[in-house]
Amino acid sequence: MIAAEPLFRAEGLSKRYGGVIALDRADLEVRPGRIHAILGENGAGKSTLIKLMVGVVAPDEGRMTLEGREVAFARPAAATDAGVICIFQELSLIPDLSVADNIMISHPPTRFGMIDRPRQRRIAEEALERAGAGDIHPRALVKDLPLSRRQMVEIAKALARQPKILILDEATSALTASDVTKVFEVLKRLRTEGLALLYISHRMHEIAELADECTVFRNGRRIATFAAGTKTDAEVIELMIGREYKHAFPEKPGPKADGRPPALQCRSLGWADRLKDISFSLHAGEIIGLGGLDGQGQRELLLALFGVLRDCRGDILIDGNNVKIESPVAAKSERIGLALIPEDRKTEGLMLPMSVRDNLSAAAFDRFSRFGVIDRQRQSALIDEMIRLIEIKTASPDLAVSALSGGNQQKVVIAKWLMNKPRIILLNDPTRGIDVGTKQEIYRLLRRLADDGAAILLYSTDYDELIGCCDRVLVMYDGAIKRELVGTDITERALVSSALNVQDTEPAEASVP
Amino acid sequence: MTEWRYWFSEQRGTLLAIGIFVAMFLIYATNHPAGFSVNMVQTAANKATLLAFVAMAQAIVVITAGIDLSVGMILTLTNCLASWIVVGTATETALGVIGVLGAGLLCGMINGAVVIFGRLQPIVTTIATGAMYYGVALFLRPNPGGSVNETLADALTGRLFGVLPTSLMALAVTALVIWVPYSRSVVGRAAFATGSSEVAAYMSGAPIRAAKFTAYTLAGLLSAIGGLFLTFFSYTGEAAYASGNAYTLFSIAAVVLGGVSLMGGRGSAIGAIFGALAFRTIGDLLFVFDFDPLWQPLFQGLVLMLAVSIGAFGLVRVRNRLEWFG
Amino acid sequence: MSDATASRSVQRGTAMLRRLDPAVAASFGCILLLLLLGSLYSRSFLSPEYLLQQLKVASFLGVIATGMMLVILLGQIDLSVPWVVTSGAMMACAVAAHGTIGAVIAIPCGILCGAAIGIVNGIGVAYLRIPSMIITLATNAVAQGLMVAYTGGFAPQDAASRAMRYLATGNAVPGLPNAVLVWAVVGAAAIWMLSRTTFGRSIYAIGNREQAAYLSGIDTRRVTMLAFALSGALSAFGGVLLAGYASKAAQSMGDAYLLPSIAAVVLGGTHILGGRGSYLGTVAGVVLITLLQSILSVMQISEAGRQLIYGAVIILMLLIYGRQKT
Repeated sequence: MIAAEPLFRAEGLSKRYGGVIALDRADLEVRPGRIHAILGENGAGKSTLIKLMVGVVAPDEGRMTLEGREVAFARPAAATDAGVICIFQELSLIPDLSVADNIMISHPPTRFGMIDRPRQRRIAEEALERAGAGDIHPRALVKDLPLSRRQMVEIAKALARQPKILILDEATSALTASDVTKVFEVLKRLRTEGLALLYISHRMHEIAELADECTVFRNGRRIATFAAGTKTDAEVIELMIGREYKHAFPEKPGPKADGRPPALQCRSLGWADRLKDISFSLHAGEIIGLGGLDGQGQRELLLALFGVLRDCRGDILIDGNNVKIESPVAAKSERIGLALIPEDRKTEGLMLPMSVRDNLSAAAFDRFSRFGVIDRQRQSALIDEMIRLIEIKTASPDLAVSALSGGNQQKVVIAKWLMNKPRIILLNDPTRGIDVGTKQEIYRLLRRLADDGAAILLYSTDYDELIGCCDRVLVMYDGAIKRELVGTDITERALVSSALNVQDTEPAEASVP
Repeated sequence: MTEWRYWFSEQRGTLLAIGIFVAMFLIYATNHPAGFSVNMVQTAANKATLLAFVAMAQAIVVITAGIDLSVGMILTLTNCLASWIVVGTATETALGVIGVLGAGLLCGMINGAVVIFGRLQPIVTTIATGAMYYGVALFLRPNPGGSVNETLADALTGRLFGVLPTSLMALAVTALVIWVPYSRSVVGRAAFATGSSEVAAYMSGAPIRAAKFTAYTLAGLLSAIGGLFLTFFSYTGEAAYASGNAYTLFSIAAVVLGGVSLMGGRGSAIGAIFGALAFRTIGDLLFVFDFDPLWQPLFQGLVLMLAVSIGAFGLVRVRNRLEWFG
Repeated sequence: MSDATASRSVQRGTAMLRRLDPAVAASFGCILLLLLLGSLYSRSFLSPEYLLQQLKVASFLGVIATGMMLVILLGQIDLSVPWVVTSGAMMACAVAAHGTIGAVIAIPCGILCGAAIGIVNGIGVAYLRIPSMIITLATNAVAQGLMVAYTGGFAPQDAASRAMRYLATGNAVPGLPNAVLVWAVVGAAAIWMLSRTTFGRSIYAIGNREQAAYLSGIDTRRVTMLAFALSGALSAFGGVLLAGYASKAAQSMGDAYLLPSIAAVVLGGTHILGGRGSYLGTVAGVVLITLLQSILSVMQISEAGRQLIYGAVIILMLLIYGRQKT
């Protein structure tokens, strides 16, 4: 079963971000001439593993060997030189340069110190041909190409660098069905040429078609490695989700029927090609979860509701009234009463160097000011009350937020919006990267808010959370709501399989219009 | 056919700048009271070349998504220096020219070093270094004066074969010797990559620091060539604050007219040259149409305003408002 | 009871000390050092008359730097200061020439002109998202063009109104120049606005993280535009005072205020990328710059040396304090 000696070996790799363990003593062996699939839920540690392998971040502990020699890459360029090459999701293409320039960016052929353009072009054409993308003109500017073509350029760029190990991180997610077929042919050919390939994908049928062996990650740990085809889809999903329930969740009161119109209702909401025909209703007192893999339009949906996206199609109704929300200023107004706890608390949620007081005030000036003049006493009273209510652990409200722990920072982001007494609360993965204790507090808080009459829309990448917190879950895939789960139907198995869209496992899912 | 289209799309900004210039120049030439003549072209060329050199300098920095607000002051400084040392015998003059160019290089290197290794904002850095360079210029020439090797000056501001303005030839040669190799070198391409997306350039392993440093250094050198030519035209050195500032300002206008994106990553110094020529011609148009020359600064200001507002139209296409803050 | 208040006030005192920006402390340290140096050079340096005279000179820069500070707190910059100052001065003087009514509305008219230019800047930055550095350079050019066209390029003949002269040179309180009083009022208003109004807190929020401020439902565009309008108004007000001081306006009288106003704000510990800084620091920066200028001129260091030292001091201070901590 094992074809050759490992080309690359990782032993005991660990990486911590603050208090969160992203990767926990992970091992991996990669052999030449084989395609090795890596599977795992969101946040299982796959991306961290790759970042360590290609020198984007350095491991806290553990070692990596390439061809028997120990390696430590300080920069991405060092990994590239050693032949470890990752195809990122359009992160490394330079929009204003031509395809040929991009393919040969790190080691262009030169003549008299200048780039030998005809030769560069020949090499680029060859690489595009090998990647099965001969239709892309080497002189085209990358920014003029559609997403699927860019991804093909990424693949060609990787091939032109003479890789020993080629890592594909969700490399097919943006491709059209015909591209996927071509890429698969290329990958199979590369396998026969003796390359080692690491293939990360959420698409079970792709893995079934390509992989020689599979490794499953969960919670930053390697759970199992096995030869492809020796386990059923169901068994693989079992491995990915595990069986541990770590959190205690507050009781769900069950649905209450009252005759009032929904607090928030969407009818055929759409935006560009990222949101498609989204319709749902959210009632006061209800917590609805948004599930699905990362990047299936959940973030866009929340932003669209909050008035950040332009040219949205469809209707948004608040308390049964059709409204146009053109900006966050409008979204938070008394009439609408929305709040958004954004995805990235460091860049979108907080002004890190500013004090807890300033951060808590930022969304709720109207509550303690008249004609733009702040009533300091009222402000302090409200802030002290909120700090007590949410139990933000800070020595003083005048302390900079950056000095607080991650969990407390997240509490500040939530509290800042509660200051405004919103009726509809949108949350974008509010518990990502925070400690277990604070998570529990947030769960209790959300339920309490719902009981007090708030309508809550919660996007989470943590399936436990969706199961434990939500009255209903909408699972999104490719910008549309694929499935609605209610009450006891919200199980980990149902969430994972609908997120991977494997229940209706027709090949149609691979195509992106 | 498609080849041609790709070339066109690459050069669109530059071609547009050439187009604007040709149109402006035709209007100018056909309405000129003295008619289209070799003399007229020579005068116009001499005035425009100065700005063209500075615009090239600015373009090279702007392509890396930086900005150099000291180019005008480097021009002033090198002008004052040239009025001291570009004199005497042929050898002395040659050494003087080298000295002037070296001074420009040094100024550019200081800018680059502070921006890259000091990690300071290019705006404030170059305003402050600009003040320093102006100080040195004042020190060299507290009062206007000095002289220059007139043989050389006349040769470089006259006409070649009785028709071609030499200054334009010098401009072309400079572009050929500095810009063309630079833009085709690994460092030059890294400069474009850095300006277009610094993250992607880093992920791709492009030499970012070397690219920025080279850009600021070359900007210093090109401004010094401008200073040298200013001396050849005026025969004197003068530490004129307002004129130094004006060159900096107009260089930005020229760069924008020349199709160089202020966000970095796009454009060429050739475009900037034509941007400069066009900008000068626009200024002179007023004169041709008998407007009071007093209106010239206002007119130039409005052209600049219009030019910088053009980029804002892309905003209409932004559909996620968070991209405003990118 | 009194124990509690005492301990609280001690607490507050230490908290203030802890919050005192090292850059602000350094600026005050530098002021003391300069005074010491000056007193070694000349006895009269520490005399109340001299110090008051310095404060009076500083107050013009102080008013202008207040506007600059608002804009820098946003993470932007206002390079239109030179000609906004000049426009304010010239327009006020021009209006003052129109009889009694003119004399009465001269000051508001001057300030309004500045505010108008500031609004153009603000629209460009906030709504068109043109880099502030570029759009303010452009409006500066337009303002210059307007003023040159208006005055015909000569020194304007209109004299400042009596009210303007009184504000700049009079003594309402015996021994205390009115200019200093004006600065004190402007400064007090600025401190109040920055700490007690939603507008002020929004400026800090936007300067720290515009995206987060926007997602908090702050109308970032309106705040940005207002800040630029205020900056323009304050620059123009500075110009009005300067015209009162000199009894009339002059071409390019504002040139000498761009670099010092930026320098004063930055030396006072305001972060050049926005979001952090106190008005106290700006006061220190203004006094520091004024003293530096005064000492350099008392020591008869030429304009050349002054420019050099300015530039060098600013870059040095920035290298020490202004870098982003990573």
